Amino acid sequence: MLNAKIPGGPLDQKWTYYKGHCNLVNPANKRKLEVIIIGTGLAGASAAASLGELGYKVKAFCFQDSPRRAHSIAAQGGINAAKNYQNDGDSVFRLFYDTIKGGDYRAREGNVHRLAEVSANIIDQCVAQGVPFAREYGGLLSNRSFGGTQVQRTFYAAGQTGQQLLIGAYQALERQVALGNVKMYSRHEMLDIVMIDGKARGIIARNLVTGELERHFGHAVLLCSGGYGNVFYLSTNAMGSNVTAAWKAHKKGAYFGNPCFTQIHPTCIPVSGDHQSKLTLMSESLRNDGRIWVPKQKGDTRKPNEIPEEERDYYLERRYPAFGNLVPRDVASRAAKERCDAGYGVGSSRQAVYLDYAKAIERYGLGECSKLGIEDPTPEQVREHGVNVVKEKYGNLFDMYEKITGENPYEVPMRIYPAVHYTMGGLWVDYELMTNVPGLYALGEANFSDHGANRLGASALMQGLADGYFVIPYTIGNYLSNDIRTAAIPTSHQAFVDTEKAVQDRIDRLMNIKGAKTVESFHKRLGKIMWDKCGMARNAAGLQEAIEEIRQLKKEFWSNLRIPGGIKEMNPELDKANRVADFIELGELMCIDALQRNESCGGHFREESQTEEGEAKRDDNNFQYVAAWELKGEGNWELHREDLVFEVAKPSQRSYK
Amino acid sequence: MEHHTMNLTLKVWRQKNSSDSGHFETYDVKDISSEMSFLEMFDVLNERLIAEGKDPIAFDHDCREGICGMCSMYINGRPHGPWHANTTCQLHMRAYKDGDTIVVEPWRAKSFPVIKDLVVDRTAFDRIIQAGGYISVNTGNAVDANSIPIEKDKADLAFANAACIGCGACVAACKNSSAMLFVSAKVSHLALLPQGDPERKSRVINMIAQMDKEGFGGCTNTGACEAVCPKEISITNIARLNNEYIKAGLTVDK
Ligand SMILES: Cc1cc2nc3c(=O)[nH]c(=O)nc-3n(C[C@H](O)[C@H](O)[C@H](O)COP(=O)(O)OP(=O)(O)OC[C@H]3O[C@@H](n4cnc5c(N)ncnc54)[C@H](O)[C@@H]3O)c2cc1C
Ligand code: SF4
Ligand code: FES
Repeated sequence: MLNAKIPGGPLDQKWTYYKGHCNLVNPANKRKLEVIIIGTGLAGASAAASLGELGYKVKAFCFQDSPRRAHSIAAQGGINAAKNYQNDGDSVFRLFYDTIKGGDYRAREGNVHRLAEVSANIIDQCVAQGVPFAREYGGLLSNRSFGGTQVQRTFYAAGQTGQQLLIGAYQALERQVALGNVKMYSRHEMLDIVMIDGKARGIIARNLVTGELERHFGHAVLLCSGGYGNVFYLSTNAMGSNVTAAWKAHKKGAYFGNPCFTQIHPTCIPVSGDHQSKLTLMSESLRNDGRIWVPKQKGDTRKPNEIPEEERDYYLERRYPAFGNLVPRDVASRAAKERCDAGYGVGSSRQAVYLDYAKAIERYGLGECSKLGIEDPTPEQVREHGVNVVKEKYGNLFDMYEKITGENPYEVPMRIYPAVHYTMGGLWVDYELMTNVPGLYALGEANFSDHGANRLGASALMQGLADGYFVIPYTIGNYLSNDIRTAAIPTSHQAFVDTEKAVQDRIDRLMNIKGAKTVESFHKRLGKIMWDKCGMARNAAGLQEAIEEIRQLKKEFWSNLRIPGGIKEMNPELDKANRVADFIELGELMCIDALQRNESCGGHFREESQTEEGEAKRDDNNFQYVAAWELKGEGNWELHREDLVFEVAKPSQRSYK
Repeated sequence: MEHHTMNLTLKVWRQKNSSDSGHFETYDVKDISSEMSFLEMFDVLNERLIAEGKDPIAFDHDCREGICGMCSMYINGRPHGPWHANTTCQLHMRAYKDGDTIVVEPWRAKSFPVIKDLVVDRTAFDRIIQAGGYISVNTGNAVDANSIPIEKDKADLAFANAACIGCGACVAACKNSSAMLFVSAKVSHLALLPQGDPERKSRVINMIAQMDKEGFGGCTNTGACEAVCPKEISITNIARLNNEYIKAGLTVDK
């Protein structure tokens, strides 16, 4: 039985109790303890900075040329916190409840409550670091709303919130580098975990500039390596985002939790052709003010501005009057797919819906004119002022849209379609963020912990920083306090030698295939299988086919791959091959997990399990658990269940109507 | 959007490693859609090179949406190419027409040595930040976020400067390879906020010292940096930086 080690006592006391009773490490001993951190996104950078401040000896790794470039930098819309600055009824409990409900009752109460508790501290910490969140004219912080909630609790910095938060954490990290508490290894990729006496004790990393393998010892290893959305090839993730670090951990015994839980984001720029290398998100914050619609008439080819108001179907407002355009992501994505599949899609591909700002521009314009005392403003005046307000709120997003599509979204509605965005699944961790492998932790998007089957907008940034700034500094001490007498293990230890050799062998094997097809071509094919059969809608027959197809693809990959160049040099194709090999294996597990979970919940939609109105239908009697998979051998996994207990937020059919 | 396809000639800088002297190589690329991004055109070319048994062109990129600062191509004599306030990854092929020749080089600056082909080493920027580009506040020390109101204009200006993506285009565009725009953006971001005040003097002095140590050149106000900056960091920041530096030099007490 999996033990999540959730402290006893009432929900709102658990974290306080834990903090008051966990073991501590005294400052002198901290200096002797070494911690390896893989990743410098919000989770990794905040953990590295905080542990460095506490006095641990930290080594941090990232594959980009600088820690500041981690994928977190791309987050747009905002970060949630239960500050209740807007006096609109928010509280720790409400944030907890919204998150559990938004996750369709597939997350742990204890973890989520802790997340809500520390959320307010995150905002304080970031502001102290100089993160320039948006402010009101009175000088106080501004908020906006995000999907799945009815309060305004999202803090933001235009459409660049992730960038600003990451720069804050990056600067804190660089300060620790300057002080000598953190040693930074950029352009390094972790390729395996070193296990000694059943504990994670180090890593093998490849220097991506020289191609040399390196051994690094740590008393503990933290994986903050991000999500695996790129298993679908096309996603909103950065090109380099990958599952390798987590997958290596999985191969060393760490369980993988709910791998099939992926988030398809409703508002992304649609695919334009076969050359497409990635998809671009249009932040969920745009649904605050934008209205989503399709023509009422099937196959309508008129330009959007030529379609009169009464011939437009604002289908979210129609289907979900209570939340309207602000329903959670899974609901909004499925609704868009439903309209497009039924023949109402727009644009040349017919795989898009409109996100329209005309009304918002008018509304803001009228407000501004009234504020400025302009009586009977002309439509041009209203428009001009309205455009300015929208520009200030979303300008960078609108610019981004125009650069990609060549269309001006202030003039014509944006065309959007759902795209893979985030992975709720990840390494299984307990309350302390430790995987089932002693000494091996997972933080941020790399773990499975807080978002259940669907993450609410603006909650990933919150979780990454909660894990790094406020959770791991406590929980790691509880483990390392038993290690104060363990001297650093020299990397000449046999376990390091053997692990390095295994990594080297695999690289040699990849290079020696000398086949005909590029890594990219395999990745694209994998992505297509995953999107078609393990994407927005899934069914048993499709998943079974996908599993067969992926196994076939894997065989072909290992017999017909071509990697140019050499090993002991910078070789991006080799880096990619390493990652795609792991994605292929993960893809298989995701399909197995999706097949096993014969219910719909959150982003996981099994066509066999839906209500009459086509909404996701959960099956709490049979599936109220976390599926944690143990790798037993090639293509062979064993399922472990962690039953979820809801003492406070009683599961109900999720309704946003 | 209407779209079309085009054939182009690319002249690309190839350099095996930091000790290789490097040279231009010419490639004909065919049937490029105007809807592709500039980097997607490189993807197409690289796939072809691999199929032909040749070494693909190494280039830096990650987010491909103009925010991580990783992409860095010097295109027809201009960092990040012809569009205003744009990164290489956001450049799309509709900027070009059939028959065009495009010359692509890495950032050129002594402090940004070439690692391979179009990939350069920009760790000097990280070391400049290490010298003082932060506010010294440990986790847990913060007061309530709303306890210090900040004028909206100031906060907005701090944000505009914090928007720097650390790409280094400013250095690549400058005939002196000066890093002043980058440094001024960070100094301004932090100097404009009350939280940044206590370390205001030491920060500017230490960051400039590190910048000099890294071998970046001086600023002669040509404005080339501002013209190419994808995030429109204003050159007026350099004046603020100089001002901060002078003030700090006059009164520094630690
Ligand atoms: C376009 C976009 C917009 C988003 N907007 C929002 C938003 O508005 N609000 C919100 O809450 N969330 C948002 N999200 C989600 C959120 O940004 C991410 O979930 C979060 O930033 C992940 O942070 P992380 O620290 O876990 O990982 P990442 O930021 O992905 O960092 C991963 C790190 O691990 C390193 N790494 C990975 N593998 C290895 C390896 N093998 N060896 C060495 N290093 C490795 C990388 O170099 C990197 O430093 C958005 C996501 C996207 C894609
Ligand atoms: S100032 Fe502009 S050009 Fe220079 S690094 Fe920052 S974003 Fe790039
Ligand atoms: S690839 Fe991130 S800014 Fe261009």
